[in-house]
Amino acid sequence: MTDIINLTLTELVNKIKSKEISSTDITSNYIERSKSSKKLNTYIEETFDDALVNSKKFDAKPDLQKKLPGIPIAVKDLYCTKNVKTTAGSKILENFVPSYESTVTQNLWNSGAILLGKLNCDEFAMGSSNETSHFGNVLSPIDNNLVPGGSSGGSASALAAKLTPATIGTDTGGSIRQPASFTGTVGLKPTYGSCSRYGIVAFASSLDQAGPMTRDVKDCALLLEVISSFDNKDSTSIDFKRPNYFSDLNKNIKGKKIGIPKEYRVEGMPAEIEKLWDNGKEYLKNCGAEIIDISLPHTKYALPTYYIVAPAEASSNLARYDGVKYGFRVEGENLIDMYEKTRSQGFGDEVKRRIMIGTYVLSSGYYDAYYLKAQKVRKLIKNDFDEAFNKVDAILTPSTPSSAFKVGEKMDDPVSMYLNDIFTVPVNLAGLPGISIPAGLDENNYPLGLQLIGKPFDEQGILNIAYSMEEKINFKLNTSDWWNK
Amino acid sequence: MTIDLKTVKHISKLSRISIDDQKAKKLEKDLNSIFKWIEKLNELNTDNVEPLTSIAETTLRFRKDQILSKNIREDILKNSPKDNKDYFVVPKVVE
Repeated sequence: MTDIINLTLTELVNKIKSKEISSTDITSNYIERSKSSKKLNTYIEETFDDALVNSKKFDAKPDLQKKLPGIPIAVKDLYCTKNVKTTAGSKILENFVPSYESTVTQNLWNSGAILLGKLNCDEFAMGSSNETSHFGNVLSPIDNNLVPGGSSGGSASALAAKLTPATIGTDTGGSIRQPASFTGTVGLKPTYGSCSRYGIVAFASSLDQAGPMTRDVKDCALLLEVISSFDNKDSTSIDFKRPNYFSDLNKNIKGKKIGIPKEYRVEGMPAEIEKLWDNGKEYLKNCGAEIIDISLPHTKYALPTYYIVAPAEASSNLARYDGVKYGFRVEGENLIDMYEKTRSQGFGDEVKRRIMIGTYVLSSGYYDAYYLKAQKVRKLIKNDFDEAFNKVDAILTPSTPSSAFKVGEKMDDPVSMYLNDIFTVPVNLAGLPGISIPAGLDENNYPLGLQLIGKPFDEQGILNIAYSMEEKINFKLNTSDWWNK
Repeated sequence: MTIDLKTVKHISKLSRISIDDQKAKKLEKDLNSIFKWIEKLNELNTDNVEPLTSIAETTLRFRKDQILSKNIREDILKNSPKDNKDYFVVPKVVE
């Protein structure tokens, strides 16, 4: 039944509710396809047997009132899943089996979803190409030898290759939106504080957010509605009235003001991205929106700011991996020696590099020059957005400065890898919601995405705009199944 | 400002990550290229700017001081690399 894997999440939910198909049908189809797609290296841990048992259990006593009734879903391996191995793509957690469940995944299971498995990602979500995982790099279904983006690369690849009907990623500097853009899928990073961080392996706590990755905007609204919740277990979770993102989704964006920031027209940006952006403006005008030129003057400082703030927080968060409490340990002559050997062998190169950047910028004598300076510039970046949102309802930008690149192309040059996130990082620094939707193809037929940035807590606003644009863009993702031959 | 080999080794010590000379040299190169790029921030005058410490401007919530998870010792110790039913085991610290 190839039909099942071609259905969207929303269509699957409807067909389960009308009893046209069973959870077991859906689950077994996804398992079969996942098993024949190992070349992509999307899964770190497969829970196929349990998934089948759970789908049969669901079918025996279906609760059709749930929002995701009997729907199998694979999730990024950064979410702690009770009694299911959770590695964060790292050797240091290669045997870690959590005794508790993250709030976001618990929300999925409470809504009737079934875990299919844990998806590959960059180690501790540090990377933009899914090449830093201890469990090997992920390939993109778009073309042989192409990266899927990162850090939610396994999620993006599995979604685009139809190994899961939808998935969840995490986004610290673009880790949902950039891989979504590279694989022709939809990815949303919610406002900071919308989705609970409880049980998500921490990278940079003031930036990390969970978010949905789906095949279309409708699915995205549905999944956001399921995972977004106030949570006492996360001290920065925000208690606001969450709309019914799915049922409130509509295409009425007449009169909406959309800002175009001139600073996002960066040097060396390919002409096809400029064209994509221009087309985006036209689509919006056709939907009745008004285009307004705006300025976000501190944009060029966002990445350097991010590469102080994120590593600083990471170096603190990752201090907990000491070989004492979790799986991996290298014995040493004494306690310090054990720490140093464990961390040296347990972490990969990119993670070590970032821990060291973070340690340096927080160290005595450098704190003011780097960390405090970055926090001040972060304030200026946020002020830019605050001011812009006095004039506009949302902002339209490209999602990435280029389409997906080849495996290995940027691994030797960290700065050129970091530049990938130039359009996504400012959104995390300001804590805003952002969505990437597929908007076209480049000359190699690789997908390109457009990003919509919204006011704090206005996920509904950007979803509605994305929903309207999606209809006009009419993007069709075609993968050749090259890995399946 | 440049980061020399001695500083790289000092940071690795602070980070509790041992590195050999070859790795240290590679890190020296990487860190210098990253910090050269980061120093763009010095173009900006931020004398009168308040640092942004938290994006969610909320005051932390208080909760009751009560135990919510009970009898989890076994679960927690399950992931410990050195097997002992009652404690985490580390190399001898006190002589």
